[in-house]
Amino acid sequence: MGEPVLQLEQLRKRFGGLVVTDDVTLDVMGDELHAIIGPNGAGKTTLINQISGLLASDAGRIRFAGRDITALSAHARARLGVARSFQITSVLSGFSALENVALAVQARTGSSFRFIGRVAAEVGLNERALAVLNELGLAELATRIAGELSYGERRALEFAIALAMQPKLLLLDEPMAGIGREESLRLLDVLQRLKGRLPIVLIEHDMATVFALADRISVLMYGRVLASGPPAQIRADRRVVAAYLGDELE
Amino acid sequence: MQMSLKRLRPHDSVPILIFLILAAIPVLALIRSEDYLLSLFERLMIFAIAALSLDLLIGYGGLISFGHAAFVGLGAYAVGILSAHGMHDAIIALPVALLSSALFAYVTGVVCLRTKGVYFIMITLAFGQMVFFTASSLAPYGGDDGLTIAARNTLGGFAFFRSEGSLYYLIWGCLLGAYCFCRMLVGSRFGRVFRGAKENALRMETIGFNVYRFQLAAYVIAGMMAGLSGFLLANATEFVSPAYMSWQRSGDLIIMVILGGLGSLHGAIIGAGAYLLLEEWLSAFTEDWKVIFGPFLVLVVLFARGGLLGMGKDLVRRLSRG
Repeated sequence: MGEPVLQLEQLRKRFGGLVVTDDVTLDVMGDELHAIIGPNGAGKTTLINQISGLLASDAGRIRFAGRDITALSAHARARLGVARSFQITSVLSGFSALENVALAVQARTGSSFRFIGRVAAEVGLNERALAVLNELGLAELATRIAGELSYGERRALEFAIALAMQPKLLLLDEPMAGIGREESLRLLDVLQRLKGRLPIVLIEHDMATVFALADRISVLMYGRVLASGPPAQIRADRRVVAAYLGDELE
Repeated sequence: MQMSLKRLRPHDSVPILIFLILAAIPVLALIRSEDYLLSLFERLMIFAIAALSLDLLIGYGGLISFGHAAFVGLGAYAVGILSAHGMHDAIIALPVALLSSALFAYVTGVVCLRTKGVYFIMITLAFGQMVFFTASSLAPYGGDDGLTIAARNTLGGFAFFRSEGSLYYLIWGCLLGAYCFCRMLVGSRFGRVFRGAKENALRMETIGFNVYRFQLAAYVIAGMMAGLSGFLLANATEFVSPAYMSWQRSGDLIIMVILGGLGSLHGAIIGAGAYLLLEEWLSAFTEDWKVIFGPFLVLVVLFARGGLLGMGKDLVRRLSRG
């Protein structure tokens, strides 16, 4: 496992009087899939937003790949290699799937302050974008307009966008939410392909997915880390079972 | 390299047709000896350049600027003020027109682009009005009444702009250049990022693009193009006035872009043409031509979502289906 890629140190966030992230300290190791579970309102999405830079933290530090990124903007963090998906899928609806992915490739290769040359004809961008789509088994979607894809396909496209950024960390915010049974199997397959290739932080309510994929699990309750450890340990943890897993597992 | 002819797609035929028609107008004016045609179409093309630059912002960037006429005014006043001080050459006037509108776009863009949606509309309107009132209070340069320009710009000492025909083709060339430039821009790497920010700015940020910088650059480019149209307007009319940058004029530009069809570039040219020709034609019947124009605009927006261009495409599709 080696060095932690992501270190959260006593991270805090409050909205008015409500403390949503309360002293969260967490490590994500080099190649692990780290799941964060917890009831609704536990502050999971807020935490992801803090890590990806969409929300500023009130206190604490975020270290990524040995660097303090607490003060960096979202786009600067993305450039360093933090990629994410959203709970409500976020793609460029008017663009083709290929263009969506090519744009992520573009962000990593050369300047985008280039005013001449047709970008749609840039072979380098298109080939790499297609390679990523292929890798996730999505090549047949390439020419389709993203807004016309099914919900599950759009979610998978979002993974492809994230992957095309050549990230060093992937943050997935409830990838299975709102996906039908059949498509969720396909997404699970995609996730399995990603796992082990890069560190992933996964927020998920679907416990079958979590226990099938996670190397480690942290349980979040009212913004605090209740427990953190391998799946077997979490499953056996009395406090976790009493507070959250009890009704989820039965 | 691929043959450039091969790249011609069927939908390129509309802009080509537009530019051919515009190029033929002086010939028509000569045959029918109707000089007013020349000045009418000069005006049309000048507004088309401004509308084109606004389409870049609205149609491709989702940035609804309600102060775009300010840039036109700045370009025009650059010509007017310089000429009032005896500087008549375009070699000075054109760079001053472009730079002052670029500078104004940069300074205001830094503020405006921090806001979104309705707030962006309001703040661009506010900056536009600021320039309008400043110009109105410029007593040495005519204040409210505006300023008559003693002579059109010379170009490196030559009275190139004085002949109506050469001025016409100069404007035509500027419009063609502006159109090709915009076309290139929206298809470039930069353009893809700019268009992406309209689709989903949050996604663009999390991919790693500093959306604000791209929007600011586009805002400055569009401002400069509008400044160019102001420079041409001052030369064509030999007059500058605060009315060039009133908020109604900014509204007219938005109407042109929507009327023609957002986000297609040549739609903006069609829109500017339709607006000004309808104005010309309807005002021959009645002074209150806007009473007719208003409902017409409502109908276009309601029934032709893609503007006149979209309506035309629909028609062609239906006809070819038989």
